[in-house]
Amino acid sequence: MTGVVGAIVEAWDELRIHRVRVLLALVGVACAVTAITGITAAVTMFGQAMQEQNERMVGRDTTLEAWSSGMGAMATPAETDALVDAVAARYKISYHSVNAYADLAVRGGPDGTYVEWAAVDPDRGVITRQGLDSGRWFTAADADRLAPVLVVNRAFLEAYADGAPADTHPRVVIEGATPVAATVIGEVPVQWTEEGPRAFLLFDQAARWFPDRLSVDSYRFWVPPEIAEELAGVLTRDLAAAGAPFVVQPPMTDHLVLDKVLQYVVLGVGGFALLLGGLGLLNIALVTVRYRIREIGIRRSFGATSGRVFFGVLMESVVATTVAGLVGVVIAVAVIKYIPIELVFGRPIDDLPPFPFDAAAVGMACAVGIGALAGLIPATYAVRVKVIDAIRY
Amino acid sequence: MTATALVDLRAVTRHVTLPDESTLEILRGVDLTVGSGEHVAIVGRSGTGKSTLLNILGLLDSPTSGEYLLEGTPVGRLRSRALARRRGDDFGFVFQQFNLLQGRTALENVAAPLLYARGKQFWNRRRLAAESLARVGLGDRLDTRPEKLSGGEQQRVAIARALVRGPRVILADEPTGALDVETGRAIMTLLDDAASETGAALVTITHDLAIAARADRQFRLAGGVLVPVHLDAPVAVDETAPVSTEVPA
Repeated sequence: MTGVVGAIVEAWDELRIHRVRVLLALVGVACAVTAITGITAAVTMFGQAMQEQNERMVGRDTTLEAWSSGMGAMATPAETDALVDAVAARYKISYHSVNAYADLAVRGGPDGTYVEWAAVDPDRGVITRQGLDSGRWFTAADADRLAPVLVVNRAFLEAYADGAPADTHPRVVIEGATPVAATVIGEVPVQWTEEGPRAFLLFDQAARWFPDRLSVDSYRFWVPPEIAEELAGVLTRDLAAAGAPFVVQPPMTDHLVLDKVLQYVVLGVGGFALLLGGLGLLNIALVTVRYRIREIGIRRSFGATSGRVFFGVLMESVVATTVAGLVGVVIAVAVIKYIPIELVFGRPIDDLPPFPFDAAAVGMACAVGIGALAGLIPATYAVRVKVIDAIRY
Repeated sequence: MTATALVDLRAVTRHVTLPDESTLEILRGVDLTVGSGEHVAIVGRSGTGKSTLLNILGLLDSPTSGEYLLEGTPVGRLRSRALARRRGDDFGFVFQQFNLLQGRTALENVAAPLLYARGKQFWNRRRLAAESLARVGLGDRLDTRPEKLSGGEQQRVAIARALVRGPRVILADEPTGALDVETGRAIMTLLDDAASETGAALVTITHDLAIAARADRQFRLAGGVLVPVHLDAPVAVDETAPVSTEVPA
């Protein structure tokens, strides 16, 4: 007990006495641990930002997309939708949405303006993480409203509602055999500059008001990733059997490859930084031990065993790198906590990933390990010196 | 010869092999017995093996041949761990160059040997170190670093450090060698008194006959051979008398 406590006290004393030298060496270790932990966290956040960006386009992980195979006689859009709903219910798929084109004109607006319509289900908002600048997305209850409700972009509001904000619920008239007044309930963010008017409306309302202007493009199903592959085949089969000839694409895994590459890059950079830090520490430790040979001899005269001297010198290095590792992790936590996400990633992250404590643990373990390795050589050197030579050094 | 043989060297030799493969005989058949509480001085010219003898006595070095009994225990049979433990428990060293740990205060220096002690000595090391420093008259310099102390004060710290674990034997290698005559005498008085108070044996190596004369027994080491000599103690009578540094033949 006293031996271990004594060795730690002794190690701490040594660090205190040689703090400037040790501090310089430890800056490298702390930076390396910060790099490993911080970059891992940043990459995790970057991955999440990329994934969310991707999910806004193609749906959450894992979203299966079903495209019309073009084979067999197609039912009306409403009939097709009912068939797909039945198949989705059979496999307890909680979120799925149709994506249908609509060929509709809006009264007023500049000449030659074309509106890009999409008739969707309310689930589309969840599946694609649909953000809104103002107002709200569709709910299931909106399907029962008599007049259609719309979620549009800024260009649409500028063209047809004199730029009125969506939360004032401006109304526009959709032309057709029976013109109908529709209410804007939400505004989606601009996707790119100079984009034209875009508008979402509920598929059920569109099928009721404009059945002959609708054309089903595809369906999206949000399913558990672990059964996505299997489900793709099953859904294709069942949809075909039900009379809705859609081919469900297997899930894309390209982003997983990118994640792996990023992880290797992070580990490589962090490992290299840690190696440099460790070499710096080893250099300082060797110089310090040579400088301290006489002191080690004096300590041997106090009754320090060779094991105790070895352990003491090793502990100095380990205690130092452990402290440096802790400092590195704290810096990484602080940096990640106050990182300007919108500035770095271009837009906010909906589901901010938790701080990667496993990366912090790896960083700490690496710091302790590099301390032990860097301490091993000077510790061996310290033990090999003959006591009487050391005292006269 | 005292009653208890604390340290007993029998026909101890020490040889080293030189780079040209020749053998240098440092000690030749040294016999020395030191009892508890006894003060012994060893004089000799430089290079005669005094420090080697002291290192062997203090378990810092091993004889090439012969036997070393520590309270009857053959030292040669002890493993390195046991040797280190006995070195820490039984011996206190006072070096010519003080050998204080730089960067540490007087208190930390004196407490340093207690880092290798066990039980109460370990846990109460700061208090014990303060008491030991007070004993050598440095109770008011606890937090002073060695570089801020005079030579005499540094040697006092070294003596306090040698005494702090209550050793059975104090080994002093030229303890006054780096001090002026007056300070050297004061230090020797302190060392003698401290050893007497604690009942520790004191083995002093010195060039200074006046210092050697204070011991109960004196030896001369010449050509690796240790022979008893008898010195008067002029300094005990007249502290101001001129001191000869000539070793009697």
